[in-house]
Amino acid sequence: MSVELVGVRRSFGPVVAVDELSLSIPSGSVTVLLGPNGAGKTTAVRLVTGALGADGGTVRVFGLDPGGADGTAVRRRCGVVPARPALYDRLSGYDNLRYGAELFEVEPSLVDDRIHDAATRFGIADVLATRVGGYSTGMRARLALARAVLHEPDLLLLDEPTAGLDPESARIVLHLIDELAERGTAVLMCTHLLLEAEGLADQIVVLDRGRTLVSGSPAQLTRRYWPAARVVLDADDPGVLDRARTLPFVRSYRRNGTATVDLSEPGRIPDLVDALVAAGARLRRVEPQTPSLEQLYFTIREQGS
Amino acid sequence: MRGRARRSRALVIARTDLRQLRQARDFWVPLAVIAGLFFVVIPAVLLTIITHVSDVRLVQQLSSVVGSLPKQLRASVKGDAAPAQASYALAVYLFAPLAIIVPLTVSSAVGANTVIGERERGSGEFLAHSPARERDIYLGKLVASLVPGYLTAAVGFGLYSLVVNLTVGPQVGGWFFPTPNWWILVLWVLPPFIALALAVILAISAKVSSAAAAQQASALVTLPLVLIAYTVASGTLFRTELAAFLIGALAWVGAGLALWQGSHAVRRERLLGLGS
Repeated sequence: MSVELVGVRRSFGPVVAVDELSLSIPSGSVTVLLGPNGAGKTTAVRLVTGALGADGGTVRVFGLDPGGADGTAVRRRCGVVPARPALYDRLSGYDNLRYGAELFEVEPSLVDDRIHDAATRFGIADVLATRVGGYSTGMRARLALARAVLHEPDLLLLDEPTAGLDPESARIVLHLIDELAERGTAVLMCTHLLLEAEGLADQIVVLDRGRTLVSGSPAQLTRRYWPAARVVLDADDPGVLDRARTLPFVRSYRRNGTATVDLSEPGRIPDLVDALVAAGARLRRVEPQTPSLEQLYFTIREQGS
Repeated sequence: MRGRARRSRALVIARTDLRQLRQARDFWVPLAVIAGLFFVVIPAVLLTIITHVSDVRLVQQLSSVVGSLPKQLRASVKGDAAPAQASYALAVYLFAPLAIIVPLTVSSAVGANTVIGERERGSGEFLAHSPARERDIYLGKLVASLVPGYLTAAVGFGLYSLVVNLTVGPQVGGWFFPTPNWWILVLWVLPPFIALALAVILAISAKVSSAAAAQQASALVTLPLVLIAYTVASGTLFRTELAAFLIGALAWVGAGLALWQGSHAVRRERLLGLGS
């Protein structure tokens, strides 16, 4: 396990930023922290690297205590992309990357190659000599990402990595996350943009006011919060579809052009089709639905609150 | 190995800060102008005028400059004519102690911005998540603030020596500056005063919530230090080499204690913009 948080608590004066937070991040997986502003996502990232100490609970990263004497060893294996890129505007892109490489102790003979590779990968090779103060938001974000992966971290922490990015840059970021996780890097990503977490997350943790509202894999959360199997139907004569309303295993039915039917369990879809065909329906579309992360998130938050 | 890594991280931080400073022309050009005025322009103009005075009444007034020096120093003043003696006295005992204010000001200005600047620009978050220990960061920031001050002192007094030797030297029988006590002042007494001022300023810079507050607080703190430094500089020149050496030794002890105490000032939380 790369990261293990158990009952972690951190407050700032009277404000409790993180309360009883428990979290495990295995190597080679992507964990997405979801939650509104002020949910405690950024504080969680800072607790993981030891940039902030916990008031209570246990934080272990690679089996070490990042808030104590092991902090340097832990942080050397972490790459962080903060919500603000945290770059040095007076320096060139190259000098920013070199600073990162040197602080994170990249072998001196490898520094130039690593910088060149990262810059090429993120499409900023041609502006490396330019001062960062003149970079666009997208270029700054790409540079911050390049700096975070220069030393090939075992744990990558991204705080709203695609905020303010154009679609092309956002796609590069999401592709990178996927690629790093495949190579064995543990990834922790904070976001409130649900679309970007869709299809990427191995584990989702929904935070609210510093507390874990719920956590699990997307499949687990779907089973737990979206127990009804939903299917969308269309037919030559849509009126026949209304027959579904009378079937005992149908939980809810609504028709607005196509019909959306919630069943008591997914295994009932063939029974539904049989019943409608027997009623004379010529079905044009039978499409089982899985909830989007956005639908799931709002269901969780509604039920949680 | 671990110690080497720590030194290396501190040096990386110092080198990067100095690189940024070099790029910040709007910051260092005004400081360079002040240094030029104190080390070159003012001494060159005034000493040239004084060494070429021919008005009898003015010559008598200049003689009183030498007369006002302590007895043991009067014997060491070189030159036969009153204008030459007055130029010598002003070059060694007045302008030079004034000029030590410049390196102190330069280091203070750099130091006041160094930690709070990371917070204000948001780059403190990068340092907070980096493997650098808090003491590495402090040491790096300290070195980056000391270097401009020491560099100003070295270059400034080099130029000052050139100016006074070229303007006053021919009137007093050759090049005379720096005097032995001046070597002690610049190499032994001035450095700990710069370090002492920086220890206080870095602690302030790590604790306040804005660069403006850091500048104001630093100015208040360094003003007494500048006055003490001026007094000590004058005293160093007016006394024996042994006394100057002892004054320097005391200043080093004070600077060491202040730096040790100040090394706890940099905290990751503060780099993140929390806990001002």
